[in-house]
Amino acid sequence: MSGFVKPYGDTMNDGKVQLSFTLPVEWSEAADEAARQLAVKMGLRDVQVVDGRRIAEGFSFFVVYASTPHGIDADAIQAPSARTHGMSMEEIDAYVAERIGRKVRVAGACIGTDAHTVGIDAILNMKGYKGDYGLERYHEFETYNLGSQVAVEDLVAFAKRHQVDAILASQVVTQKGSDLKNFTQLAELLEAEGLRDRIVLICGGPRVTNLMAGELGYDAGFGRGTLPSEVAAFVAVTLAERLARRPVSIGVEAT
Amino acid sequence: MEIRIDRAAVDRCRTLAAAIVAPVEEFIDAHSTVSVERAVLRLLGVDGVGPDDVPAANLIVDSLTVEQRSRGVALAFGRALAETGLTPASLGEAIAGGSRRLADYDDVPEAAAAGALRPHVDAALKQLSSRRAERNALLERLPQQPAPLLYVIVASGNIYEDRTAAVAAAEAGAQVIAVIRSTGQSLLDFVPYGPTTEGFGGTYATQANFRIMRAALDEVSEKLGRYVMLTNYASGLCMPEIAAMAAIERLDMLLNDSMYGILFRDINMKRTFVDQHFSRALNAYSGIIINTGEDNYLTTADAVEQAPAVLASQFINEEFAHRAGLPDAQIGLGDAYEIDPDLQDGFLYQVAQAQLERQIFPDAPLKYMPPTKHMTGDVFKGHLIDALFNLTSVMTGQTIHLCGMLTEAIHTPYLADRALSLENARYIMNTARHFGDEITVRPGGRIERRANDVLAGCERLLERVAELGLMPAIDAATFADVKRSPDGGRGYDGVFERAAGYVNPFLRALRGEPVTA
Repeated sequence: MSGFVKPYGDTMNDGKVQLSFTLPVEWSEAADEAARQLAVKMGLRDVQVVDGRRIAEGFSFFVVYASTPHGIDADAIQAPSARTHGMSMEEIDAYVAERIGRKVRVAGACIGTDAHTVGIDAILNMKGYKGDYGLERYHEFETYNLGSQVAVEDLVAFAKRHQVDAILASQVVTQKGSDLKNFTQLAELLEAEGLRDRIVLICGGPRVTNLMAGELGYDAGFGRGTLPSEVAAFVAVTLAERLARRPVSIGVEAT
Repeated sequence: MEIRIDRAAVDRCRTLAAAIVAPVEEFIDAHSTVSVERAVLRLLGVDGVGPDDVPAANLIVDSLTVEQRSRGVALAFGRALAETGLTPASLGEAIAGGSRRLADYDDVPEAAAAGALRPHVDAALKQLSSRRAERNALLERLPQQPAPLLYVIVASGNIYEDRTAAVAAAEAGAQVIAVIRSTGQSLLDFVPYGPTTEGFGGTYATQANFRIMRAALDEVSEKLGRYVMLTNYASGLCMPEIAAMAAIERLDMLLNDSMYGILFRDINMKRTFVDQHFSRALNAYSGIIINTGEDNYLTTADAVEQAPAVLASQFINEEFAHRAGLPDAQIGLGDAYEIDPDLQDGFLYQVAQAQLERQIFPDAPLKYMPPTKHMTGDVFKGHLIDALFNLTSVMTGQTIHLCGMLTEAIHTPYLADRALSLENARYIMNTARHFGDEITVRPGGRIERRANDVLAGCERLLERVAELGLMPAIDAATFADVKRSPDGGRGYDGVFERAAGYVNPFLRALRGEPVTA
């Protein structure tokens, strides 16, 4: 990144942006003008409504190109990624064998009423995602995929019963903030049960960011495009560091 | 377009599917479920809710003794009808409200119960027939555009917002509207009551919501001069009840799969097999087209590898559907366009699979689902992938076409997303309308080889399932790598054995057999 930047169309600092939106009005030339003025109100300049048309009775759709006067100091922005360890499956297995000395137990679930397991399956299923094997394939991981629509209470009870080291909670549906509500509930319940400190708590989903995860009290958040090895490495490294700080391994407590 | 396929292998697959389904049908014939019994009550005219919004149908079935239940709710309810002279609706209210108990009528003769039930059974069947006739008349007067029928979803959580979205979508070219259910409804062992304005990821399926949407679509159908179809979900724990409500409110299609709930919602397999049968018998009688859920095999695993499993599931779904009385024209077998867009020749594989299914199931209104798994949030690429999906659909003659959204994986569709999606589909399907008729598939080429590989893989899979038996095969994770045990999963406690003299007055009637008590 290079300091203060503006959006780039074809010339440095031209500030070009595109946007599209719908207005609940019948299309007319006046509707195009309304769209233009709305974009001006957004602070945009050189606004061109390049397409405006009726898409339903009483609704019109607009495509707008414009320039923003704003820029941003990109260097000053911090959004630490959890996808940083860059280890292969073999390296992670070796790391766990050496630093932890037992299998890492991981439970994953799509929590609340969410039934979209595509994310958690990509991370956990043997097959993995984009040629990167899922956690079930790892020799040093013992993986439990609890599937879809798992109540937060059930997930916590499972984690307790199986002495899991890490929880992966997935949310795809974000309507009306249901994802944030469920994530928060999980973190709070783990806290209340006294389990939070011993578990590496991770959330994932297409709209999840690591920054947001931190705010929710998670150790990490993984968004779209995440590879299983990135999650595995984070779990292994975080757990190893945590165990190193603590004289009694939780592996000893497990029977 | 025509692919040379191994016809003998197709015949063997059908024979295997029949062998797989036959023992399950024996189980189905010997059992019922609480949801089947509740559907019987609803068909008889029981509606409404009691304390804590528990539906009257649930309260009544839950009030049965084990012995009463094993004879079917119709008998106990019929006895009370005979003795009290009340209508089913009033009797239902009285039981739900606690002022009457079915246990008090055990001494009423069975013949009296049958006599009291008969007019209500006849009235229910007449209502279903008249709703079917109404649909046929509307389709005659307001003909649909040619297939692929453009199908879009609405899912705001609020039925009134859904109505606005559905009408807008119909005006933009949609021919079928599906109201996606609130996530989690499939796991409720009751059907919520009344119009609803809150839901997550969708809107609750209730009879009142069905009625509101049907009325809006009837109105816009008249305005557009073409009939707009309505779809919902007869899946989960309440398949038969949803089928009954949908029949009464003249829905036109229902998602209804023989194994989806087992594999993807962890619903008990015995529950699902019994429930799917009665719901499909209702669908058959009501003229409702079922849509099966094979697309789910592809979203949870690799689409190239799972292609034989999709086809195998289609054969099994077809066999279950035939046995419930559904003709081919009402069996909307499912598939989806889910191959990784980075795979070289992935488009050829999609065409091969879609055309293979078209040829194997020539009279089925095939349901084609759009790409979802490889949609990332890059709306521009997403729109392109959808275009190739649209092309595959029109060139292989798919019937029910669920329009892909460029904002898939981002949010439930906005009004504009739906309009853009419909524009995409209309453009492609118009510009390439007769493309499929004009091309020949190179003998021995990639498409033909792929189609026959999938067919051979399907046959091997069906052979394995036939050898194990369907329930043990599911237990052995044969489908979608998901393992479900015969007595595990949700809703198993709602499955029970029919006693000798079990009465379900609709079962035989729906199959066109005379109603005798």
